[in-house]
Amino acid sequence: MPKPHGGKLINREIAEREKEKFLEQASELPTLNVEEGLAKDLENIAKGVFSPLEGFLLEEDYFNVLNDKRLANDLPWTLPIILDAPSNFEKRNDDTITLSYENRPLALMHVEEVYGYNKREFAQKVYGTLDNIHPGVAKLKDMGDLLLGGKIDLINEMKTPFSKYNLRPVETRILFKEKGWRTIVGFQTRNAPHQGHEYVQKTALTFVDGVFINPVIGKKKKGDFRDEVILEAYDALIKHYYLKDRAVISILPFEMRYAGPREAIFHAIVRKNFGCTHFIVGRDHAGVGDFYPPYAAQDIFDEFPDLGIIPLFFKEFYYCKKCGGVVNEKTCPHEEEQCIKFSGTKIRELFIRGQRPPEEMMRPEVTNIILRSGNPFVE
Amino acid sequence: MVFKLPEKDKKFTTVSIPTPLFKKIKERIKDTGFTSVSSYVTYVLREIVAEEEEEGEPFSKEDEERIKQRLRALGYLG
Repeated sequence: MPKPHGGKLINREIAEREKEKFLEQASELPTLNVEEGLAKDLENIAKGVFSPLEGFLLEEDYFNVLNDKRLANDLPWTLPIILDAPSNFEKRNDDTITLSYENRPLALMHVEEVYGYNKREFAQKVYGTLDNIHPGVAKLKDMGDLLLGGKIDLINEMKTPFSKYNLRPVETRILFKEKGWRTIVGFQTRNAPHQGHEYVQKTALTFVDGVFINPVIGKKKKGDFRDEVILEAYDALIKHYYLKDRAVISILPFEMRYAGPREAIFHAIVRKNFGCTHFIVGRDHAGVGDFYPPYAAQDIFDEFPDLGIIPLFFKEFYYCKKCGGVVNEKTCPHEEEQCIKFSGTKIRELFIRGQRPPEEMMRPEVTNIILRSGNPFVE
Repeated sequence: MVFKLPEKDKKFTTVSIPTPLFKKIKERIKDTGFTSVSSYVTYVLREIVAEEEEEGEPFSKEDEERIKQRLRALGYLG
């Protein structure tokens, strides 16, 4: 199993027996309310998902990540994990504050630094665009003008309806060890599974001991599958089409940044922390619209010989009627008319009309779950 | 007058390698994605250093047992 990123799994969760003391302290401190995405980042830092981060980025790390895609200590790190605050935030360094979500204290933050940043520079370097159509760029506009850097201590977890699927890296590592898996491939998803997803996972599984299916749960784009539909659909797929001892599903509560190549590296680091040795990167990973070239998220891995997790690159897959199976451009010689593409848009359109996608596109058990869910999409 | 950055602000430093080796590398990186001998050497060294990172024990025996119990309760372990 690979070492956690940076060599050590971070744990910044307050032990149960100490919570009361910390909550009392939290009630007396200045409070900053955070939105859902930041609250998820907080939890991920505390649980070691974002190891080696112990808090929100300090200024030196922030600029290193922005300019060199690395932390100040040279460790690969491509997404700035930052906490913004309004410009009227009182600049008192070395303060401890309470971070709350929906008026419930979540964590203490030991503010080491308060610093300014340039939103245009952030957008250009992280998303490669200043276009407000990009959801990451649009979100930047609403962010505060200051960033707070410093370690955090998590007191309370967010309430989630999916807690039984929510494993920490320390838990997945022990789980993989117990299953006897030495090589594990991580699969990132934000979709209900179609046959193309299954084929990619199983192709990778041919070479490793187990597959770790890790759907991103959280705020999504309009038209994406709802979280509960994704989880139920995967449960059905695993039950009917996977060996029980070869697949594990657990969620990643995280707000997608749609940062394409940079986010692909970040996703790989997160899966390394969960204990994965390999990570699947497909076409337009973590992309949105036409902002990134289709395989930019694969090419970027060339910049990181020290990532510590092996990327598995996949081309686009489709079903070939003549071959009678899922293929790609490297494995199928037949003409385009024989192909059924796994188009998310097409599948969505069929469901909106209440129709079933063909079985070559989606397993019937998965289709049943989606149709039964009423409206399967985010509105 | 030469302005020198404080040691902590320096992003790059200099190391010496034998000239013949430098020339060999320079030749080797032609028509590759590497733009300089420095970028090639940095790449190779990062690869080597990453392999040698130390790992601390992430969990105690007690923690391991507690976590296994939770995994059983959640249905992940039989």
